[in-house]
Amino acid sequence: MPGRLEPDPLPRRDFLGLAGWWAAGVAIIGSVLGMARLPKPRVLPEASARFRAGKLDEFTPGVVKTDHEHNVRLVATEDGIAAMSLVCTHLGCIVGESSEGFLCPCHGSRFDQDGNVIGGPAPRSLPWLALSQAADGSLVVDKGKEVPQGEFFVA
Amino acid sequence: MASSGLGMFFQNLKELPRNFRGSLIRHGAPTSDRTRSQAVFGNFFLHIHATRTHPHSLRLTTTWGLGVSLISQFIILVVTGILLMVYYKPSVDLAYDSIKDIQYIVPTGRFIRNIHRWAAHLMVAFIILHMARVFYTAAYKGPRAFNWVAGMVLFVLTLMFSFTGYLLPWDQLAFWAITIGANIAASPNELAHALGLPQSLYIGNIQKELLLGASTVGQEALVRFYLFHVMLLPAVFLPILGVHMWRIRKDGGMARPEGNPTPAGKGVGTMEARAIAPEEAGAKTYGLMAVVQGKSAHTGKDIDETVPSWPYLLRAELLVFMATMLLCVALGLLVDAPLAELANPAVPENPAKAPWYFLGLQEMVAYSALVGGIIVPSIVVIGLGLIPYLDREKEPAGVWFSGRRGRRVLTSSVIFATIAAVTSVAVPVKFGWLRNWFPDISQLIIIVFNPGSLLTAAYALWSVFIIQKTRSTRLGAIALFTCFLVGFVILTYVGTYLRGPNWAFFWSKADWPVH
Ligand code: HEM
Ligand code: FES
Repeated sequence: MPGRLEPDPLPRRDFLGLAGWWAAGVAIIGSVLGMARLPKPRVLPEASARFRAGKLDEFTPGVVKTDHEHNVRLVATEDGIAAMSLVCTHLGCIVGESSEGFLCPCHGSRFDQDGNVIGGPAPRSLPWLALSQAADGSLVVDKGKEVPQGEFFVA
Repeated sequence: MASSGLGMFFQNLKELPRNFRGSLIRHGAPTSDRTRSQAVFGNFFLHIHATRTHPHSLRLTTTWGLGVSLISQFIILVVTGILLMVYYKPSVDLAYDSIKDIQYIVPTGRFIRNIHRWAAHLMVAFIILHMARVFYTAAYKGPRAFNWVAGMVLFVLTLMFSFTGYLLPWDQLAFWAITIGANIAASPNELAHALGLPQSLYIGNIQKELLLGASTVGQEALVRFYLFHVMLLPAVFLPILGVHMWRIRKDGGMARPEGNPTPAGKGVGTMEARAIAPEEAGAKTYGLMAVVQGKSAHTGKDIDETVPSWPYLLRAELLVFMATMLLCVALGLLVDAPLAELANPAVPENPAKAPWYFLGLQEMVAYSALVGGIIVPSIVVIGLGLIPYLDREKEPAGVWFSGRRGRRVLTSSVIFATIAAVTSVAVPVKFGWLRNWFPDISQLIIIVFNPGSLLTAAYALWSVFIIQKTRSTRLGAIALFTCFLVGFVILTYVGTYLRGPNWAFFWSKADWPVH
């Protein structure tokens, strides 16, 4: 007699039916999840973040060079050389130089000479980028690596 | 035997045209109301219509033909889009030139491209108008709640169609729009950075990579957006459009003030019958019997008052389709679709403006990427989508603005929404915003308190206030929707006409600095 101790057994038909539904469900969900990995490649197809900005000895104090291919601005001073990204930290437009510093054409962010935000929606200052010297004497900029603002590279 | 067998064969051959026609059109020539109705009922392409239609649905002021016009625009877009695909090449090196070829070399190419562009603009404009008409005639209530949600999905998909579409020419507009779009997808980073979370929790980067297939805009991104534009979006759009149409019938046709014909499903057609305009509720009451027997001013809309869909409805639809075609063709002949300079990753245009329908968003993104690009749009879409579930008042559907009280709320909401929106633009233009006053302020505070978020909050509070004051969720909904419309129009206007280089404010383009 069915009761708490001896519950009604699940009828065989229902059991097989349920098992079928679950098997189909797991198979479909599993394959969808498997396919969902497709849009994210293991290696991103892109150029290296490091590039040569020119010969180191070109950068005598006072030289300012804007690299339009990489959207980086290099400044050489008595303290050393610094590279600053010109990619707006708001949504990625390229800032233009102005009398007070830099202006973004897309939503009007304003930055001072050092890249600090002085107005507009940009959430943070323009990043300064890591510099190093290659064996052949050229200056290498690493767009993937930030350095604190005010840190100059001395060869 | 052979000859009579052959005879039979030739007999069949002779009758083939007639028999084929008979098998194609099962009910004979549609010459009477009856055969025409049978045709509507039995024809795959026509059966989306009911065989009979209520005259209220046919009145111009019920729908303004907006929905049918949207379908017409979509059909035009599919046809012209397929023609464009003949020449368009989704490659960063070839896309721009292929559009130029379409423009200058391909016979009718410029015309087809113009029509595609114009129909796309019209679709965005008309979908907003269509939403407004459905909303203000309270046609989202009762059984139609889900169809309002389906419509919201179509609205979002239409915007996605447009966005992915204008990226394809790979001109300056396209390149910077993808850049900005992808960075908006990455804007949750703004919050992660402000909270000082570790790099691994920057979900924004993952979203951006999924969209671009890389961390910068390039070939992978173009292929993905092309795939979206010509495959994925149509594949999603069409079934939902089908559901939208299907539900119109199953929900009992167009919403109308009262009457009961053509119930097409369970419980359909009864909701409006019992709904009585609030102003009249005290004066006249009718029992269910009276409604059913139909002897009073309020009733009498029984089955005999409907008209056959063929010819009345089909004729109206054809008229709207032709008018839409005419509009697209005329615009396509008069105004060429723009093509900016070739994409230049070093210098954005100044100002870099999105197409008009995104300029309201661009205006808000200019306060905070996360708020203007993700949070406010999500709140708006979800907020509008939920209206039928938050306002369940029985309402005489099909009446514009729900009568006098509704019109009063409409007026006061237009005034409030205008003042709020203009203030939200004027204050930052005149006095600057938090960062100008407190240069070291945390980004977190700006994310929470910026003109865009405050405007959204003001609109929400206004609607709650109206509900509280009038004790009517319908009037609250009217307040909310009106605020949305007015805010959209004003911000779009400001973004289009009052912003110049570096997104600075100018009263007119004549004041732009020359360089
Ligand atoms: C299945 C339907 C569609 C197909 C096959 C299609 C195909 C195409 C193709 C190949 C292009 C590139 C050519 C060009 O840029 O001129 C294009 C552009 C575009 N599409 Fe579509 N499209 C479809 C539907 C839509 C819809 C529904 C919308 C908007 C509501 C839309 C909006 C646009 C826009 C704004 C452009 C840029 C037009 C231009 O630059 O001239 N498309 N479409
Ligand atoms: S991208 Fe620079 S302000 Fe928006």
